[in-house]
Amino acid sequence: MGNKTPLYDTHVAMGGKMVDFGGWDMPLHYGSQLEEHEKVRTDAGMFDVSHMTVVDIDGDGARDYLRYLLANDVAKLDGVTGKALYTGMLNEKGGVIDDLIVYLKESGYRVVVNCATREKDLEWMSRQAEAFDVSLSERPELAMVAIQGPNAIDKVKQVMGIEWVSAIDNLKVFQSVARGDWFVARTGYTGEDGLEIMLSGEDAPGFWRALADAGVAPCGLGARDTLRLEAGMNLYGHEMDEDTSPLVANMGWTIAWQPEDRDFIGRTALEEEKAQGVKEKLVGLVLKERGVLRAGQPVVVDGSEERGIITSGTFSPTLGYSIALARVPVSVGDTAQVEMRKKLVSVKVVKPCFVRNGKSVI
Amino acid sequence: MSEIRSELKYLSSHEWARLEEDGTVTVGISDHAQDALGDVVYVETPEVGTTLAAGDEAGVVESVKAASDIYSPVSGEVIEVNEALEDAPETVNSSPYDDGWFFRVKPSDPSELDNLLDADAYQSECEEG
Repeated sequence: MGNKTPLYDTHVAMGGKMVDFGGWDMPLHYGSQLEEHEKVRTDAGMFDVSHMTVVDIDGDGARDYLRYLLANDVAKLDGVTGKALYTGMLNEKGGVIDDLIVYLKESGYRVVVNCATREKDLEWMSRQAEAFDVSLSERPELAMVAIQGPNAIDKVKQVMGIEWVSAIDNLKVFQSVARGDWFVARTGYTGEDGLEIMLSGEDAPGFWRALADAGVAPCGLGARDTLRLEAGMNLYGHEMDEDTSPLVANMGWTIAWQPEDRDFIGRTALEEEKAQGVKEKLVGLVLKERGVLRAGQPVVVDGSEERGIITSGTFSPTLGYSIALARVPVSVGDTAQVEMRKKLVSVKVVKPCFVRNGKSVI
Repeated sequence: MSEIRSELKYLSSHEWARLEEDGTVTVGISDHAQDALGDVVYVETPEVGTTLAAGDEAGVVESVKAASDIYSPVSGEVIEVNEALEDAPETVNSSPYDDGWFFRVKPSDPSELDNLLDADAYQSECEEG
């Protein structure tokens, strides 16, 4: 058996189909992934994301350390307690060790990294920390619940009560508010409005039950994947990894080139890559005929001998046909062909974002 | 636990076959298979009139999670396909042994059914995973 989050028993009691995910026993779905997906797009659903790794970074050198460690610039958070920043953490070659969110706290910073990359992340972060006056503290005792959907915030307010209402009402997108062990952030991974809430593991089962009683549907990792893919959001190990530059993974916007004198790990490699001309890019693919695009399928584009590859593919429950993210040569036009299960099919090429706030954007 | 019906015959690739009173054989996928696949979103059935040999690819079932080929448990001619699955593929999840059947074959050699797994043998295959 794998690691268990504080909500494991609750998932089993509520009928979750448990599967191994990066060494954790997590719910894949509670009956129907499609119904859970629909609930998030039209109402409210919740996900146990306690398997993700939370690390607090304190000390006088924390800001300088993160400005060196991360491709985006935490100086953008200066003076705005609670504000969040999405960024890649790169190696010297400019490959992505992980993608993460960093929050500015009252004192110090908090980062949330992926579970599958936990060990190498912590090892890398500790090694880089040696040159700075910082302390890293992992917070394994915390649980994390993502509540997402057009009615998610209203339902959370019902459950958290009067003392939290104004704090939550005042939260802008990509901001957080902390009280004791409770940390409430207006972030997510679905393309819908919502919150990600960190809290003590002891409080998590009661909070989860109360949300369920308020009509928030428990959702598994299956729906989490189809929702993030419709929203065009990257998944580590699919759209990017240590051999993939953020410039070819639609993460160019997360690289803070200014100020020019800020040295961050990977900067030199990325500058060289840019100077030589970026050869690939991440696009969206749409297949309106029957069939489902799947990760690993080769993509043939006009104007290049090189093949592209589908990094993530699925049936889109919101759109009713298949969509995919693919890394392809930059010469790609408005259409491409995918080698699917013994046949070549034509697909439409779009920007890598399919659904936002319940509506198609293609 | 998923349901395994004792009156059916099975392939280790999770198709079931049922000998009907009129001598035809109906084919679908097991409850275990639909559970493992998750929500089914497309079903591709063979065309009526196609002649299949036992073990031939006869179609595809695609779920949100994966695509899986469907093999014919017996040889014969396809005489009917479940057209309702075109608009309601989720029937494979809700009723794998009844409304979620895939196609019907007029078997050229009914004794081939004896080569298939019975319910007990199929159950042990599922448990071995």
